[in-house]
Amino acid sequence: MIKSRAGWSHRALMLLLMVYLLLPLAATLLYGFAKQWQTTVLPESWTFEWFSEMFRDLRFLEALWTSLYLCAISVALSLAVMLPAVFVITVYLPKWETFMKGIVVLPYAVPGVVAAVGLIRAYSGGPIDIAGTAYILIGAYFIVVLPYMYQGIRNSLITVSAVELLHSAELLGASRKRAFVTVILPNIWPGVIISTLLSFSVLFGEFVLTNMLVGGHIQTIQVYLYRRVGESGHLASAIAITYFLFILALSTVLMKLGKKMNGVAEK
Amino acid sequence: MRAPAVFRLGRVEGMKHRNRWMLLGLVPFVVMVLAFQLAPIVSMLAGSVRGPGGSGITFGHYVKIFESAYYLKAIKNSLLISFYSSLIGIVVGLACAYSITRFTPKIRDRLLMLSNMTSNFAGVPLAFAYIILLGNNGIFTLLFKAWGWDVFAGFNLYSWTGLVLVYVYFQVPLALLLLYPSFYGIRDQWKEAAMLLGARPWQFWRTVGLPMLTPAIFGTLGILFANAMGAYATAYALVGGNYNLLAIRIGSLVTGDVANQPELGSALAVLLAVSTIVAVILNHWMSKRSQRFTAAQASSGQASGQRRASRAKPWRAVKKEAGA
Repeated sequence: MIKSRAGWSHRALMLLLMVYLLLPLAATLLYGFAKQWQTTVLPESWTFEWFSEMFRDLRFLEALWTSLYLCAISVALSLAVMLPAVFVITVYLPKWETFMKGIVVLPYAVPGVVAAVGLIRAYSGGPIDIAGTAYILIGAYFIVVLPYMYQGIRNSLITVSAVELLHSAELLGASRKRAFVTVILPNIWPGVIISTLLSFSVLFGEFVLTNMLVGGHIQTIQVYLYRRVGESGHLASAIAITYFLFILALSTVLMKLGKKMNGVAEK
Repeated sequence: MRAPAVFRLGRVEGMKHRNRWMLLGLVPFVVMVLAFQLAPIVSMLAGSVRGPGGSGITFGHYVKIFESAYYLKAIKNSLLISFYSSLIGIVVGLACAYSITRFTPKIRDRLLMLSNMTSNFAGVPLAFAYIILLGNNGIFTLLFKAWGWDVFAGFNLYSWTGLVLVYVYFQVPLALLLLYPSFYGIRDQWKEAAMLLGARPWQFWRTVGLPMLTPAIFGTLGILFANAMGAYATAYALVGGNYNLLAIRIGSLVTGDVANQPELGSALAVLLAVSTIVAVILNHWMSKRSQRFTAAQASSGQASGQRRASRAKPWRAVKKEAGA
């Protein structure tokens, strides 16, 4: 009896929390479809005008494209650099792992605005003058996703017992390179894909570094949204919702993959 | 006899040789980290103590900050807003985390998923959503006006209360996510035992439940605090440069539209980094401590008197650190 009463109050609390958390989202969604909305609980009339205007807006499509390819390049670079590095550290230099963890947790503890200050100072003027270009942004993005990539790759290496796998492969006569490519890589692939997608969605939502480092020159979707907020609320709503749906689709794929992987691991 | 030794030697050398090859895999990583993580930090630290005209070392920028009412106000505003939003986040998060552990795992995971989903909505989109809801021409603002609810007439989204409100929004899901696992450390048997001994629920929570959760709470507080101190996008999109916050000040000093003072910006950035790093270290300590407890609990179902005594000590330490 006590349990059922508790259940009731817990349900109410959770309902309240969900309403609180989903309200801003719902408002943005409705606002994106609203034609007339003043002094009523729900919009008075609806329209698709804002969404169609958004897709006709060249600047939006450009910003979307810029975001997509910048994030893709950064994540690909991170993958190419991190895969061998984490592999070497985890398998051959386990003593260095504590040191690695320190390096990797640093981007998490240092806020984006601080990182931006350092990057601007280091790369405007001087021998490497790349301030305001895509290069500095890609470098900054690399550091942003460092914790996610490291954790993801390391966890999958440990889950599949990479060291033992490698030894067995070598015992059977495979060269180290071959063992890495044909045995280790296919095994850690699902975990790597998950951290890749996660990194991608983190970068897609990045605003601070982008705005401070290259805001004047390169417009990503976040910077574009920021610019549009002041102009038309309805249009900005449509953009915000599209952005959110994209991220949502990405995280759904992520979760499905994660579940699939866990299922495989349990078998 | 000799052959194996030679063989072994050759093998060892081969290993070393091959391992050296392997180290090449680390080179790109080291280059990237040096170039984009360490170099900027060093450059920032150097910049914050750089003398006028670019020569010599001076702490003048720090002195200037601590003598300037303007920058002190920014630091104070940031600290206060981070503190209050973290505190509210923790309280709401605790209540919700307890609730969420009462559901079946399936429903719990769905609720957590929903709450995590909303954390993708941080930064610019979040600020914008709140402008739609509660801004000058926001839906609720207009509705309340039409209904004649004067209670909310004094509310201003672009002020301190508004900022706290928006900050709390992104703190709650984080607090929930970080706190809920620790509720599984509190066994139902303990509650039953406490009730059999005549304790009321609030007595159980005050003397057993909350002390158990203290490391998790302070650890989470550290993360939330760092999160709020470093938050830039939300405040920037909401109030632009108009509200005096540390992160905003740094941004405008460095990329500034008005006056470019990169050295001062660097010094402020160092201060901000110190505050967040301290908060994250606090989290690290606390999570270690809370792990130790969970481990101790798991290993001894029948906690002996000795164990209990050793367990009591760290609690005192926690309280001391919290008081400091």
